[in-house]
Amino acid sequence: MPSDLRQQVRRALEHPHLSAALTRFSEDYRLSRARAYEGVDFEALRERIAARKAEAAQRLDELAARFAAAATARGAHVARLHTPEEVRDYILGVARRHGARLVVKSKSMASEEIHLNAALEQAGIEAKETDLGEWIVQLARQRPSHMVLPAIHLTRDDVAELFSREVGERLQAEIPRLVRVAREQLREKFLRAGIGVTGANIAVAETGSLVLFTNEGNARLAATLPPVHIALVGVEKLVERFDDIVPILTALPRSATAQQITSYVSILTGPAEAAGGGAKEMHIILYDRGRMEMARDPLFRQALQCIRCASCLNVCPVYRLVGGHVFGKVYTGAIGTVLTACIDGIAEARGLEQLCIECGACRDVCPAKIDLPELILEVRRRAAGAAARPLAARAAFSVVSNRRVFHALLRAASLAQKPLADGPFLRHLPLFFTEAGKNRRLPALAETPFRDRFPQLPQPRSERRVAFFAGCLIDFVYPEIGEAVVRILNRAGIEVVFPEKQTCCGAFRALQRPAGSGRGQRAGQRGGVLRRRLRSCDLSLPHLHGGALHGRAAAVALAGRA
Amino acid sequence: MPGPGRSLSYGVESGTLVSDPMLEKFRQNAAAAGAEVVTARSPDAAVAAIARVLKQEGVGEDGRTAVWADGPLRAAFHPEILAQMLPGVVLEVTRESAAAAHAGITEFDWGAAATGTLLQDASAAAQRLASSLPPVHIALLRADRIAEDIGAALRRFDPARAAFLALVTGPSRTADIERVLTIGVHGPRRLVIVVYEPGTGHAL
Repeated sequence: MPSDLRQQVRRALEHPHLSAALTRFSEDYRLSRARAYEGVDFEALRERIAARKAEAAQRLDELAARFAAAATARGAHVARLHTPEEVRDYILGVARRHGARLVVKSKSMASEEIHLNAALEQAGIEAKETDLGEWIVQLARQRPSHMVLPAIHLTRDDVAELFSREVGERLQAEIPRLVRVAREQLREKFLRAGIGVTGANIAVAETGSLVLFTNEGNARLAATLPPVHIALVGVEKLVERFDDIVPILTALPRSATAQQITSYVSILTGPAEAAGGGAKEMHIILYDRGRMEMARDPLFRQALQCIRCASCLNVCPVYRLVGGHVFGKVYTGAIGTVLTACIDGIAEARGLEQLCIECGACRDVCPAKIDLPELILEVRRRAAGAAARPLAARAAFSVVSNRRVFHALLRAASLAQKPLADGPFLRHLPLFFTEAGKNRRLPALAETPFRDRFPQLPQPRSERRVAFFAGCLIDFVYPEIGEAVVRILNRAGIEVVFPEKQTCCGAFRALQRPAGSGRGQRAGQRGGVLRRRLRSCDLSLPHLHGGALHGRAAAVALAGRA
Repeated sequence: MPGPGRSLSYGVESGTLVSDPMLEKFRQNAAAAGAEVVTARSPDAAVAAIARVLKQEGVGEDGRTAVWADGPLRAAFHPEILAQMLPGVVLEVTRESAAAAHAGITEFDWGAAATGTLLQDASAAAQRLASSLPPVHIALLRADRIAEDIGAALRRFDPARAAFLALVTGPSRTADIERVLTIGVHGPRRLVIVVYEPGTGHAL
């Protein structure tokens, strides 16, 4: 891991508020997201989105042309642009023609990507973000740390400080008051602006329509009040048919903010009547930097299915520790790592891909069914530039698959780590894991593993028995989580069985990839042993998939299932 | 554009619409999204409901105004009658009149029961100005124009004809500071939906 990234990680971990705020969010999110999806067949829904978006990704060029034709026929100006310079020049050109001094912006990730605000300000044009979170981040001269909640890393006190400076008045850190200040300040900008810049969440090729989702109502104001509207849209937002809106509209608010639907959804097809009468001037920029190349890559093409809900951030155990300023560039988290590598180049992402622990939580919640862990592994492989798997990693596999050796080594390691441990983290892994652990730091191993603690937890005799597969993270690193799970189950009158001879189940998935690595057979044998042990139980709790770090939420979920 | 309307029954004693399942579902989900829903058994009753909300909000006093964008219910009443029934209501909707108004009244084409969503062809700027600038938004919806969900409601519109389709669910909201839900950031802080039975009740 590059040393600057390592320092950023350390600073983020020492931040007094960041990880606590993100952890609370992540825990709330799991529950509220589940509620939002009640009565919706998530698997069928994401299958449909993935299919429609995958097809669009294969036909991007054709759909872009169809979109351009349809929107042009409706009176919009459509430009297909390839580089940040082209986009900035185009927008500056429009601004100059209209003599615009002020541009109001609704949230657009593509505009972050091309650093539009800086370009406008250099040209003497004031640029105002109008999404509350984006405005806060703009005033703080930072970049968004989350794609949906840009200012999640800041507190109300931080915001009061920023707003006080902006309005020249000492403001209390009272949220409704701060929101009113934003309304007043930005309303005046909306009314005065010469141009409104927005992004778009969906672009429909057959009709030339753009779909915009907001809760605040700033996109419809930005598209309505100024005489000129410029929509800056990444080509990956294209879908073929108007009907394709519905599945995305069903998933995006549920996955993004656990809402059934956002307060406002606007579907724009060509310029509507301008607020001052007459037809509005509407420009649509289809921006394709890096995207067309992604579309040609059979693996990375998948990332174009993303609908930018940011749920991969919300469930990511690493994101919640370090936030988006560390884990990401313009785009953050798991999808951010992939997009950064594809759009800015692998060199730019270097390091980010190493933050992923391959737990798979993001893949499970992705409404576009993107196999993010696999794509990040591919970034890692390409970053390393080594197609062949080194011998040391293969040796590590055979150790992990051999339970007895593996656990003996882990026990030894908990003693041997002492000189290597660095607070709660291990600086280096023991010798035999060096290849896996290179560039990473792992949590320190617990002194007494869960397997040795379990016999100390007297089990009630019960008709209801649950087999607990702790996984090695709980077993060896976070045994207290395993104890908590057992206590919760016992309290519900359930007897817990801890089948012996269980071995690692997923923590080292990062290593298990290429076909033909010869592990399939042994993994099969492992499954057979465990299956035999399960017959006496009502339910088995599978290992907490990367879940050691999700301790509390996982325990609650388990209690619910039990 | 509209399909065949469903007939609704009335609660004779209360004078309100009794539970049509679709209306009930719409009402519940709109309320869950933070909107207030009132029902009216006739166009006259709808105007009376508007008058009550405007009075609560102090429209008509101290120069406080409301704007009402063009729509079928508005068109069914003579402007002078409206002026009498609804003091402070302005029928000319411009950037200036909408920005200065305390309340905006607009008429929606369809509702979606599953999410409590209102849908409108808002190609005319007046519709967008009246529904997004004032802090209070009163939305009118015919009781026989409620579809099952957004997908079904969207099929009632032709994107080749509507330059701006507006979907509205609840008031304007944000959670951008410490994830605390706060209402009314850029758009209305209060959304009142008046669902009315078009019936035969209007004269004037």
